[in-house]
Amino acid sequence: MKNYVIIGGGVASASCIEGIRQIDKSGKIYLISGEGKPTYCRPLISYYLQGITDFKKMKYRPDEFYTDNNCEMIFGKAEKIDAVNKTVKVGDKTIKYDRLCVATGSSPFIPPFNGLDTVKNKTAFMTEDDALYIEKNISPDTKVLIIGAGLIGLKCAEGLVSKVGSITVSDLATRVLSSILDDKCASYMQKVLEEQGVSFILGDSVSSFDKNTATFNSGKVVDFDLLILAVGVRANISLVKDAGGETNRGIIVNDKMQTSLQHIYAAGDCAEGYDNSINARRVLAILPSAYAQGFTAGINMAGGNKSLNDEFPLNAIGFFGLHALTAGAYTGEMYEEKSDKNIKRLFFNDNKLVGFILIGDVKGAGIYTSLIKNKTFLTENMKKSLEKSPSLAILGSLTRSQKLGGVV
Amino acid sequence: MKKIYVNEKWCLGCHLCEYNCAFANSGETDMVKALKDKEISPRIHVEEDGKITYAVSCRHCEDPVCVKSCISGALSKKDGVVTIDKNKCVGCFTCVLVCPYGAVIPTDKHAAIKCELCLKNACGYPACVKGCPNKAIVYEER
Repeated sequence: MKNYVIIGGGVASASCIEGIRQIDKSGKIYLISGEGKPTYCRPLISYYLQGITDFKKMKYRPDEFYTDNNCEMIFGKAEKIDAVNKTVKVGDKTIKYDRLCVATGSSPFIPPFNGLDTVKNKTAFMTEDDALYIEKNISPDTKVLIIGAGLIGLKCAEGLVSKVGSITVSDLATRVLSSILDDKCASYMQKVLEEQGVSFILGDSVSSFDKNTATFNSGKVVDFDLLILAVGVRANISLVKDAGGETNRGIIVNDKMQTSLQHIYAAGDCAEGYDNSINARRVLAILPSAYAQGFTAGINMAGGNKSLNDEFPLNAIGFFGLHALTAGAYTGEMYEEKSDKNIKRLFFNDNKLVGFILIGDVKGAGIYTSLIKNKTFLTENMKKSLEKSPSLAILGSLTRSQKLGGVV
Repeated sequence: MKKIYVNEKWCLGCHLCEYNCAFANSGETDMVKALKDKEISPRIHVEEDGKITYAVSCRHCEDPVCVKSCISGALSKKDGVVTIDKNKCVGCFTCVLVCPYGAVIPTDKHAAIKCELCLKNACGYPACVKGCPNKAIVYEER
């Protein structure tokens, strides 16, 4: 009987358990979690602040998930992997593994700002504890300064805007959501947040903090009561790196999610997998990839055979009811449709759809996503049909009938 | 298990399935009250391919990518049926982004919706199938 050990208690660890149990129903699974609680949905902490969900609903799987899967939780910090003797050290415990999955996720990156240590009320925005800290430190008059206008910073702003006095979001980039949107689309989303009262300082960075005051490079001065640092995240790679495994920005894995160390796998935000849209390795720090990687690792750890090589960036983000769904790469020839409420951008390269940005009307977006994933060859007629709307019409009657279950 | 299938040769393109679906999931007992002057969000929709029409709803996939991508744990597959827990769903629409059939529908109520074979509503049997005038939509084992 195999002993499985998973380090990390996020989504990739839950899907790793589900992957292992597809193949091996009896091996013992140990799950080492530093946060001291079962897997919960971290991307939902902004919805928690907004009052749309609560910690009970935010549990990723039902309470019986771990017992049903014969999985023992060990709450504590994994300190060291011994890849030769195949053990993991947690406090005074040494746990033996036959197969190990490192799903340690990422940590907030805190730039070395001058005077940051003089700021009393400050936090990152990643965990339930961070959300609780914020909740405890706000009142209807609180002035909030958020550093970072990416997905995390802006969702935080959305969650807080109706509960505090003012919110300023700043970013070194000249636009919001710079990793997933271009200038035009970004300013469209920015407007929605501004209409709700969020202020922005873009293309600028804090040169120094002094207690409750931030001075920017431009000379601008912002007073605040609470500072939220959402600059970005860094993959937690040190356990594998220290054990002698190959790392870059993330832990290097192959398409089976194996690291360079025998019997050690990695999955989720700590892993550097393969991005099919740019044909290169990249940390894909998004939940669908975390699930797919953890699941793939689990199958292979249990002796199955599964490859994962069709991942690419996918992002769903919305503010105050305006949704933006994006996928793939924004290269090649662009088709654009724009109205007051909607933006549709489709990117075609070499007769294939390679990426898209949809803002507003997002219905049927998954049909576009599947065409990117399958690298479907598109004729001019198919392109025309897709530009009009995403539908299964482009498949043609025969394929469609097969996909929808065959004719009666 | 039984699923909903469509025979596009027999589909009239009448869109009745969409209305029957919206009514069945409205919680109302009167169809007029449920649908009149309202923007409906059916979980089945009729598409066109030239002169051909056909209805599309959730396939309850063997390996459901919506379930695997759900950021809130709201989507799950139980006894062959992909269901969505509307209390857990926050309406991020990652499921809309990944469903290859366009069968998960965004709504403006902090939740996505999808076909659950009318197992959760008072209809108890797929309303789209029951009301299809040309029997183009069927509910059967294959």
